[in-house]
Amino acid sequence: MSVRTKLNGRVLTAYLEGEIDHHSAKIMRETIDREINAASPQMLVLDFKDVSFMDSSGIGLVMGRYKELKKCDGEMHIVNTAANITKVMKLAGLERLAKIGR
Amino acid sequence: MKSLNNFTMTVGSNSVNESFVRVAVAAFVSSLDPTVDEICDIKTAVSEAVTNCIVHAYKDTIGKIFVSCDILENRVISVKIRDRGCGIENIKKAMEPLFTTGGSERAGLGFAVMESFMDSVTVRSKPAKGTTVILKKKLSYRAGNNG
Repeated sequence: MSVRTKLNGRVLTAYLEGEIDHHSAKIMRETIDREINAASPQMLVLDFKDVSFMDSSGIGLVMGRYKELKKCDGEMHIVNTAANITKVMKLAGLERLAKIGR
Repeated sequence: MKSLNNFTMTVGSNSVNESFVRVAVAAFVSSLDPTVDEICDIKTAVSEAVTNCIVHAYKDTIGKIFVSCDILENRVISVKIRDRGCGIENIKKAMEPLFTTGGSERAGLGFAVMESFMDSVTVRSKPAKGTTVILKKKLSYRAGNNG
């Protein structure tokens, strides 16, 4: 479980990898927040292509980053979520905070 | 209901064991040939229950988490997750969506996920004694499996 980030102009993309639970969310959170603080991006793209599992700790991770992003007026997009991950996100109503799509 | 098969295990409340317990339960129930969706639902619910033990029950300490999984008749699986931690003062409140005492990184959706992904969630708790969560789900019948 890890996260890679890429900054392109003012778009920060975080490629999440592995399983997101309370244990793994901490390191992902720290990495993404460091990049948000350094770049103040206009947009944060969270790419879930390589995430195989997520519980409600992933919801906390997304909501927490949304709050961080609002400090610099950024927007959030969530992309490439597998069906089981979309299901957890919908339960939490995350589509109200971020665009969820391809 | 009669138990057809059972496994029990005890793990420390180290957060690295969140994945270990959900994978162990998933492997055990795989003998029933569940669908991918059913396996995902069970793993997610188990992960929530174990995380509660780690984040809440044994907040500032490492304790033991007792897991017992039964395969019951008619393709019903039952997972019991018990701790001897701090207990829950007000179970009804703890189960309300978005209620959390876990700080800003916790969504407060653990019980909501368990209730949504399983058929039944039973919680028993005594402050300073511990909490028991029982998750049950009936698996679908699929062509080719023998129940």
